Amino acid sequence: MLGRSASGSLTIYFEGHALTARNGDSVAAALLANKIAVTRVTAPSGSPRGPFCMMGACFDCVAIVDGKPAVQTCLTPVRNGMRIERQKGARELAMPAWTAT
Amino acid sequence: MDCDLIIVGAGPAGMSAAVEARRHGVSVVVIDENSAPGGRIWQALEARGAKDDDDAEALDTIRAFRACGAELHWRSAVWAIEANGTAFWIENATARSARAQYVLLATGTTERPMPIPGWTLPGVMTVGAAQIALKTSGLVPIDATWIAGQGPLLLLYTVQALRAGGRIAGVLDLSDGAAPLRALRHLPRALNAAGELAKGLAWRREISRAGVPWVSATNLRAIGENHLQRIRFRAAARERDEPASLLLLHDGVIPSVQITRALGCAHEWDGAQRCWKPVTDAWGLTSVPRILITGDGAGVAGAAAAAVSGRTAALGIAYRLGRIAAATRDALATPLRTQHARHRAIRPFIDALYAPRSSQPHDTTIVCRCEEVTAAQIRKAAQLGCLGCNQLKAFTRCGMGPCQGRMCGTTAAEVLATARNVPVQEIEPYRTRFPTRPVTVGELAAMRSAV
Repeated sequence: MLGRSASGSLTIYFEGHALTARNGDSVAAALLANKIAVTRVTAPSGSPRGPFCMMGACFDCVAIVDGKPAVQTCLTPVRNGMRIERQKGARELAMPAWTAT
Repeated sequence: MDCDLIIVGAGPAGMSAAVEARRHGVSVVVIDENSAPGGRIWQALEARGAKDDDDAEALDTIRAFRACGAELHWRSAVWAIEANGTAFWIENATARSARAQYVLLATGTTERPMPIPGWTLPGVMTVGAAQIALKTSGLVPIDATWIAGQGPLLLLYTVQALRAGGRIAGVLDLSDGAAPLRALRHLPRALNAAGELAKGLAWRREISRAGVPWVSATNLRAIGENHLQRIRFRAAARERDEPASLLLLHDGVIPSVQITRALGCAHEWDGAQRCWKPVTDAWGLTSVPRILITGDGAGVAGAAAAAVSGRTAALGIAYRLGRIAAATRDALATPLRTQHARHRAIRPFIDALYAPRSSQPHDTTIVCRCEEVTAAQIRKAAQLGCLGCNQLKAFTRCGMGPCQGRMCGTTAAEVLATARNVPVQEIEPYRTRFPTRPVTVGELAAMRSAV
């Protein structure tokens, strides 16, 4: 498992829980620093996945970031107050309200 | 035309090319996915600061690059290149494009996929991934961490992690036991790069002085329910089972050919490094007239060689644009070619020492991480008459997920080759297509052109 001693001054939220992050962290790195290794579950089998390549190649670290689905967390820098949710299965389309009728 | 030259990637090759091109009056736009220059090898170096002479030299390159007058686009992901010299990228959630006389790809490498049972479990990552986490965020292994595979990066990361206060349970050397003997004949030439050899030996000593066990192993498996919990492997003729919370895999790096494949550039098989690479002339020009490639993406030779080849490519471009005469180009390129040959001297030795082997995963091992296609499904497809990787997509969906074959391309070809009993280079590789990264309709709708 990965870790570090200094925790950082930014606050991000993962599934509603407040975590600390450091300036310069990618979202994936900040989650790993907080011992969170699962950022999504796969669409075909529902298996847990998390950061694997950390360089934008594998797409295993995608999550919902500030409401936007399928964001590559390893390529996304943290911002104070950022809200991250696990992506469960395939991304959902945000449909406009009128489609509900 | 928006500029003379678009460079994709600001690692050693891309930065050196930009500096050299600017020196000859070439207008340059640089596009890079990261937030700062350096590529992977010098990632976040400006923020970290120099720790040794190599870092200091790299920082000089970064400073020269920042000051060279190229237009820089950070956090910008290229998703298409057209043969007419147009590049498309996403920047600030907006699709953008620019057109140049020439596009120079300096897109580097990815780690060769290393499919072992359980490699999709959270807690299993690549060595390169852990190194990025160390460089950008100061993360180090803190408990039950195993490092497995082969290659210089494995050694280097282990040393860097230990120096940064990391704790490593052990290194599993998965290299071919007979490889050192085969590498021996390349040693005389490698002695031209004695400094590099000495560095490698020093790393190895540092790891053993730190008390990290170095174990020759085979049959590695990662085991766990929803997270890695244990690893099993075979060493000294017995099965071992060890607790593990982090397993880092590495089997060398290979050129990222997503863009050159999608452009239809000709590629050739590199037998020593067991991978495809784009065909180029001595100046980095591919078979597509306005498209060049330089650095490790054109064939793995390391950062120092990449920087030199970037400059050489820039000289070729400056000449083609009419900014310098052929004689000037050649006079400036000659010492660069000498340097390049010196940097490359160690490669045949390294390539033989860490010779990649055909990856033949267990039937139940996942080959395609995105679509969760196992080796058994690929073997079954071959039995049913599947000939190559593109047919394999239709048979199994292998390679059709968001990574577009980056994580399965090499393995799928190796498994098909063995199943069909033909050399792997006879297996048709994935035909990648643009966009080489996912693009949303919203990003496209927000598109504006020019820089």
